[in-house]
Amino acid sequence: MNLVLKAVVTLGSLGFALGLALALAYLRLAVRVDPRLAKVLEILPGTNCGACGYAGCEKYAEELVNSDVPANLCAPGGQEVARKLAEVLGVELKEVQRRVAVLACQGGRAEMKDAFRYYGLENCRAAHLVHGGSKSCMYGCLGLGTCVEVCPFGAIKMGANGLPIIDETLCTACGLCVEACPVHIIHLVPFPQKVYMGCASHDKGKDTRKICSVGCIACKICEKSCPYDAIHVVDDLAVIDYSKCTSCGICVHKCPTKSIVDRVKVRPYAIIGLNCNGCGECVKVCQFKAIEGELNQRHKVLRERCIGCGLCFQVCEPKAITMAGALGHKEKTVQYG
Amino acid sequence: MKFFLIFLSAFLVNNIILIRFIGLCPYFGVSRRLSTALGMGMAVIFVMAVSSWISWIVYHWVLVPNGLVYLRTASFIVVIASLVQFLEMFLRKNFPHLYTALGIYLPLITTNCAILGVAFLNIDYGHSFIETTFFSIGTALGFTLVICLIASLRERLDLAPIPESFRGNPIAFITASLMALAFLGFVGLFGLSI
Repeated sequence: MNLVLKAVVTLGSLGFALGLALALAYLRLAVRVDPRLAKVLEILPGTNCGACGYAGCEKYAEELVNSDVPANLCAPGGQEVARKLAEVLGVELKEVQRRVAVLACQGGRAEMKDAFRYYGLENCRAAHLVHGGSKSCMYGCLGLGTCVEVCPFGAIKMGANGLPIIDETLCTACGLCVEACPVHIIHLVPFPQKVYMGCASHDKGKDTRKICSVGCIACKICEKSCPYDAIHVVDDLAVIDYSKCTSCGICVHKCPTKSIVDRVKVRPYAIIGLNCNGCGECVKVCQFKAIEGELNQRHKVLRERCIGCGLCFQVCEPKAITMAGALGHKEKTVQYG
Repeated sequence: MKFFLIFLSAFLVNNIILIRFIGLCPYFGVSRRLSTALGMGMAVIFVMAVSSWISWIVYHWVLVPNGLVYLRTASFIVVIASLVQFLEMFLRKNFPHLYTALGIYLPLITTNCAILGVAFLNIDYGHSFIETTFFSIGTALGFTLVICLIASLRERLDLAPIPESFRGNPIAFITASLMALAFLGFVGLFGLSI
């Protein structure tokens, strides 16, 4: 009995003494923390995986509260956690515009020649160390799928032609693939931006033409045809100014090498109504010779030529032109409907 | 020379992970990246040294005089848990940079068997206070060395063309066993034995 009592007393007093010491120490050593920190910690999954780039959820929460860190870095939490974080931190006012990752290269196996055969690690970063990769274009996609590996949302798949395909419905624009790509040819563009540059080559047009059938040859046709002054050739590469671009799609069709990409699957087309007065303004403005007709008579749109840019719609005085089939219609809708 | 041999024995010959097989959870848990492994190692060095001292004091000044040696497991756990709590508070207040550098690993160490194991080994070997210091710091450095080695290996393994079924932990286990074999080569260094 004595032994038990002794044990209980010793352990008990040891625990009590340590507890008391901790309590006293807390009075002296307590650190005041932001009350939002606890809320943020509650929202974060608490798995301490480090995908956000900080040492555990606690560190990320601290950074969120103390400094201007994006609230969408938590990969396991995804969109839901990002939304809640923005709510707690009060950052929803300066909400970042939705963006989407696009690949600025269309030179797959069929379009671009290889400079040499690469036998090595199936990893773009490793392949890039060997003379910038096996592709003959130094700005070309190496196609070994490092972006596919790093995407935590499964939004990137490797296509049959050796180029990754980005699923824009799954892409959250987290930017991991942008960082992972050694060639730096994955770009983030605003989601509403439907037209983007599908080439990153700054080579001279002649050199590009030799090695790739879909590369920008800096011919400036896009620059001349753009009605909004939104695309310019800089350093032998067309660059789209997203603040001016209306995604009309004219440059996409004008480009001789098809190096500009249109994210819209099916474009609308113009229809000229009965109240057309035959002024001919639309004929002048159309860059594709898609409208024809006699002066002062009702004009007609050639469906196979019309690309749905909407220029004629804007200039029509009597408002006789309507655009059929809104932007973003899926191919299916057109096929069955 | 005696202290040096104690240190060397704890550091390499009787390495806590590869020879004693204590502290295996962080060995695989936080060895995916070198930076996290280094952070864990630093935290272990820090906590292991301090906790060995405190548990040595508790054992020799509290438990032995009262004839309560059989209570050492329970009391060591209590002592180490509160010590880590205290350290966390102390560092947070006075050395915020060290606190942030150690991060999540400091509280995680409370449940690390290596810390408790070293406290026991010091008692079992009848170490004096100074010997305890050399032994625990040597052990902690050995822990850090080995965890950083495997982390560097695993970073390379991520890039290597490993068969699908061996990717991740399986190949890490194989690597770890080969490392343990290699560490057996230190036996006999300065006449030290396991």
